[in-house]
Amino acid sequence: MMDDVRDPGERANPPAAPPEGPSPAPADDRGADRRQEGRRASERRPTSIRRAIREELAEEPTDEYFSEVHPQEFRAVPVIELDHVYLAFERPILEDVSLEARKGETICLVGESGTGKSTTLKLILRLLVPDRGKVCIHGEDITDLTFEQALEARQNMGMVFQSAALFDSMSVFENVAYPLREHTALDEDEIEERVREKLAFVDLDPDQVMQQLPSQLSGGMRKRVGIARGMANNPEIMLYDEPTSGLDPLSTGTITRLIMKLQRELDVTSVVVSHDIRSVFRMATRVAVLNQRRIVFFGTPEEMASSDDRYIRDFLGGS
Amino acid sequence: MTDTAAPGIPFANIGSRSRPKHSHTSRLPALTERLADASKQKLRTVQEYFSLAGKSLRFAFVRPFYAQDLVQQMDEIGVKSLGIVLLTGFFTGMVLALQSSVQMRAFGATMYIGRLVSASMIRELGPVLAGLMVAGRVGSGIAAQLGSMRVTEQIDALNTLGTDPIKKLVTPRVLAALIMLPILTIINDFVGIFGGSIISSVLVGVPTGYYWRTVWEQIAGDGFVLRYVPTDFVQGLVKPFVFGGIISITACYFGINTTGGTEGVGQSTTRTVVLSSILILVVDYFLTQILLSVLGS
Repeated sequence: MMDDVRDPGERANPPAAPPEGPSPAPADDRGADRRQEGRRASERRPTSIRRAIREELAEEPTDEYFSEVHPQEFRAVPVIELDHVYLAFERPILEDVSLEARKGETICLVGESGTGKSTTLKLILRLLVPDRGKVCIHGEDITDLTFEQALEARQNMGMVFQSAALFDSMSVFENVAYPLREHTALDEDEIEERVREKLAFVDLDPDQVMQQLPSQLSGGMRKRVGIARGMANNPEIMLYDEPTSGLDPLSTGTITRLIMKLQRELDVTSVVVSHDIRSVFRMATRVAVLNQRRIVFFGTPEEMASSDDRYIRDFLGGS
Repeated sequence: MTDTAAPGIPFANIGSRSRPKHSHTSRLPALTERLADASKQKLRTVQEYFSLAGKSLRFAFVRPFYAQDLVQQMDEIGVKSLGIVLLTGFFTGMVLALQSSVQMRAFGATMYIGRLVSASMIRELGPVLAGLMVAGRVGSGIAAQLGSMRVTEQIDALNTLGTDPIKKLVTPRVLAALIMLPILTIINDFVGIFGGSIISSVLVGVPTGYYWRTVWEQIAGDGFVLRYVPTDFVQGLVKPFVFGGIISITACYFGINTTGGTEGVGQSTTRTVVLSSILILVVDYFLTQILLSVLGS
């Protein structure tokens, strides 16, 4: 499993490559080439960003890849479903939002700040209840659950917060072990084994970080520990609230690659809220664009890249 | 819900032209509406406060039990507050003996200093001082800690990890305060009476043995509850138990409802200390009334 882990910023294996085992040398060369391309892309004028995105799409795992991995489930089973959801507090937050994520999909929610992206995650987690509409997990409406039932339902979900939200009074080990101690009957040896496995999965050296406090970690490391904690219980659903915000480009690449790896190797259904359009195009199977409290676009990254909609074009940063 | 006008914006849909700027008829409903909103908000706050208190106590009997957190909080609330309580109790006892000696000397009643100091410490000063000290030290700490957890999304993280934050964070703190505040009060009482004995013997000239005998006469003089527990002790221990609840629930309430980032954490901390202190003094009066009528003077 660790063979798949590269240096931060390096691109993930293309979908056709086997998930385990050392990568062949040409792939490394290609990675170097693509890093060069990446640099060039960032130096381009905004109007050519969409072209760069199209180039990204040509090499990233896409809809077809996931339909091969999950031939039936991917097409048929909505793991997460929001059905005509309305939510308002003192003012309307979401209006008529419908969205679904099928098994193994990564749905990216994008949009301007304050359009209700994080609120949508809270609805899926049932931290909020919609005023109208349904939120279904595996076809079951979770809006009517009691508080205790909702806590139980959340055990099947992992959440990575924008600030990582690690418990600062606990060490990294205790943070990752927390859901295991709460909800499993694993003994201490098994817990330690699981914690080590998860930390290794997120490309951290367990011996080095396990006893450290969150305050001793860098922002990128905290996010990775947050992912390790989120996936400790092997949830079927992972939710990410701006996982790459505030990170340098290399750490952003690492986190993006980890999200893709989680999806590829553990068959996790993910919803990612992000402002980083480049990461979104790398990891999304479908993209939902929120604007003015409504979903104005929901489709594949290719469809988004080729959309003629004025708002989408502006959002992507060029014509 | 989306169709309703936003609260706090009365007449939002009425054009400014149709409404005279300084009309009493239009200002009155706005004022009453605002008052109604404010009182509803206050009532909701009180309801949430008591709901939190109820839940935190109910969760003490519901699995899982966070015994380690409870012990940790007992250490935080009890053991770490010992220094401040010892210090305040000792000096309060001393100053009480000193002040009363001046007044009592006029009547030749300095021999009764022990009675006065012990009654004052056990019935009033011990519980109230310990309560105020703990409100300042522990209440502010709890509010700041939970407030920081709220603004850094750690409480949301607990929720998403399938843990009830009230059970994990509030219940151990409330239980720890309920257990530790009476213990701190007993220590405070003893240290205060001991401080009084030093002043009585050194400055007033009351023999130490006599001082302690009058202290015991005072404690035993008001009778016993359940044959062995002095009535004064019952008064002195019911109060810190209630104060422990007030401090911990107030701190947890403001802590977990913190909004507005670090500034909000500061506000929660201040509100906790102010409200806890006020509640301790107000509740103390009513508790004294009730206990005196139940137990007699």
